[in-house]
Amino acid sequence: MFKKIMVPVDLRHVERIRHALDVAADLANHYGVEVCYVAVTSPEPSELGHTPSEVEQRLKAFGADMARLSGHKTTTHLIVSNDPAIDLDKKLLAAIDDAQADLVVMASHIPNVTDYIWASHGGTIAKRADASVMLVRG
Amino acid sequence: MTDADKTQGIPLPEGEADIIDTDYTIGQDNVEGSLGPIGFDIHNPVFMVSALTIMAFVFYALALPEQASAFFGWLRPWLTSTFDWFFLGAANIFVIFCLFLIVSPWGSVRLGGKDATPDYTYLGWFSMLFAAGMGIGLMFFGVLEPVYHMAISEPLGVPSPIAEDGSIIAANVDAAKRMGLAATIYHWALHPWAIYAVVALSLALFSFNKGLPLTIRSAFYPIFGEKIWGWVGHIIDILAVFATLFGLATSLGFGAQQANAGLEHVFGIPSNTSVQVILITVITAVALFSVLRGLDGGVKLLSEINMGIAALLLLFVLLAGPTAVIMSDFGSGLLAYAVEIIPLSNPIGRDDTGYMQGWTAFYWAWWISWSPFVGMFIARVSRGRSVREFITCVLIIPSIVCVLWMAVFGGVAIDQVITDPGASAVKAQVIDSYNPPLSLFAMLEGLPLASITSVIGIVLVIVFFVTSSDSGSLVIDTITAGGKVDAPVPQRVFWCTFEGAVAIVLLVGGGLSALQAMVISTGLPFTLVLLLMCWAVFRGLQTEAR
Repeated sequence: MFKKIMVPVDLRHVERIRHALDVAADLANHYGVEVCYVAVTSPEPSELGHTPSEVEQRLKAFGADMARLSGHKTTTHLIVSNDPAIDLDKKLLAAIDDAQADLVVMASHIPNVTDYIWASHGGTIAKRADASVMLVRG
Repeated sequence: MTDADKTQGIPLPEGEADIIDTDYTIGQDNVEGSLGPIGFDIHNPVFMVSALTIMAFVFYALALPEQASAFFGWLRPWLTSTFDWFFLGAANIFVIFCLFLIVSPWGSVRLGGKDATPDYTYLGWFSMLFAAGMGIGLMFFGVLEPVYHMAISEPLGVPSPIAEDGSIIAANVDAAKRMGLAATIYHWALHPWAIYAVVALSLALFSFNKGLPLTIRSAFYPIFGEKIWGWVGHIIDILAVFATLFGLATSLGFGAQQANAGLEHVFGIPSNTSVQVILITVITAVALFSVLRGLDGGVKLLSEINMGIAALLLLFVLLAGPTAVIMSDFGSGLLAYAVEIIPLSNPIGRDDTGYMQGWTAFYWAWWISWSPFVGMFIARVSRGRSVREFITCVLIIPSIVCVLWMAVFGGVAIDQVITDPGASAVKAQVIDSYNPPLSLFAMLEGLPLASITSVIGIVLVIVFFVTSSDSGSLVIDTITAGGKVDAPVPQRVFWCTFEGAVAIVLLVGGGLSALQAMVISTGLPFTLVLLLMCWAVFRGLQTEAR
């Protein structure tokens, strides 16, 4: 039914997206497809690494761990953005096309009043992406 | 893992870079959480201390306006007259240091690692550093300064061509014109950009090459070592936030008064506090919109549009004014600058204290107090450039543009004053009475299509304020988030709004001048800081791959 699943990840808060990761792994094993883990970083040093290359190493290690733990095929895709706080949605939408994913599994918070002003990233992706989008709460 | 792994946008390999080995993790002192439904990720204690100190100073300026005004009104001129030699000497060191780096072997060090590639094109990069750095100043001083230095301040003792009865002393004209342009260019070319370049280079080097967070404290790692993660670093960052926010808020307040003066001049809209509050609100609202569109969709786009409009205005003034005279002024102004730069930068034994202390030392203190903001913004958009390319583009090219701008705007204005002093609106607004905000509009009045070009002038002033406000919010947010560039967006919104609110409170309650004087006073400690930065950069570059 699906050919490729894309999962946006924030490597600083893996525990918070655990449900989404588990759901994506189950679906990948069920359909026998690969999961592409996507992360967005800035060129500036961050808590994940001094340079984007270091962040990329972490992302690859994360992908390898997921493959080992869940048994599905994984790829990773790191996006460098000059202003990740603002450009995240735009970069993720482009990444869906680049990765040719037809299902996005994404963690999202329970909507609150701020969503009227700033839609959640998951909400924006679901609204604009051509691919199917599954938002996993909490 | 498969071959499908991608690395979009990453310069691979980034090549050798000398990462500093520190135990500090970016964001380790941050407090992450949410206030009701709004998330935050702020550095503790930089965010809280900055915000509370700013509020305390605003309260002080409002509660004791006379005391604040008297104290800071005394402090600023005292600093610039007592430490004039220090400001002038330090600025000379910054220029020499930058020129040395261009020709030194360290010029080939690349910001971001040996094989890093630039994130922005030359046009986008140049527009952004110009819009943040001094776009607004060119609008305000482009006419005022050349005319003022030609006729009133008499730099290096060159006599004024305007007699007391307002007639022209023909024998003094040529020398005064040359000196008027040279003395103006001196304030807008190599020296200010060298100040920005030192700060920007130091931040870019220690962040992109050494792997430290993008905050001001990182530049001090070679001096203070691990102590920069403690209170020494907190104080450096808080000072930077303080100077940036008050610098922007007071400029925004004065900018609203200038724009209002322009609107009154062109459309007869009354000049009063209500109109100015509306202007600040509009500028802040547009800046907020720009903030929410991000670095590429907001600041960069607006900067490019503004540079385009400014270039068109420059071209119009060049063609509508006495083109041959302007071109000759450009040549003679540049030549005069080259000849006079050494006497003008001499810090000792000068008699022209009105110019040297009242203008030069004031300007150096002003540029230096703004340098954390502009420097950090320039650093953020300069990854991938070599040190030589960086210094050349931050120092030489903006200097040439400033020379051109001053030669065209100042040249036309001087020509209007000299050829027909009786009818010159510039003479009326700059020499006979002192109305700085109207000087640009007075010059445009002497050219065709004045009503259209004046409106363009007002729009440029406002948009330059928007880009400053936007880039300032970006910088303050990064510093108060401990160097994180992806902190929650509401924080950036908070700083942008806070800056507009402080401007409005100070405008309505009084205190703009006092707090602006205070910001300029921070130029003195920052000068020392910048001198240390030169040494830190020099040390830092030596271990980098060339």
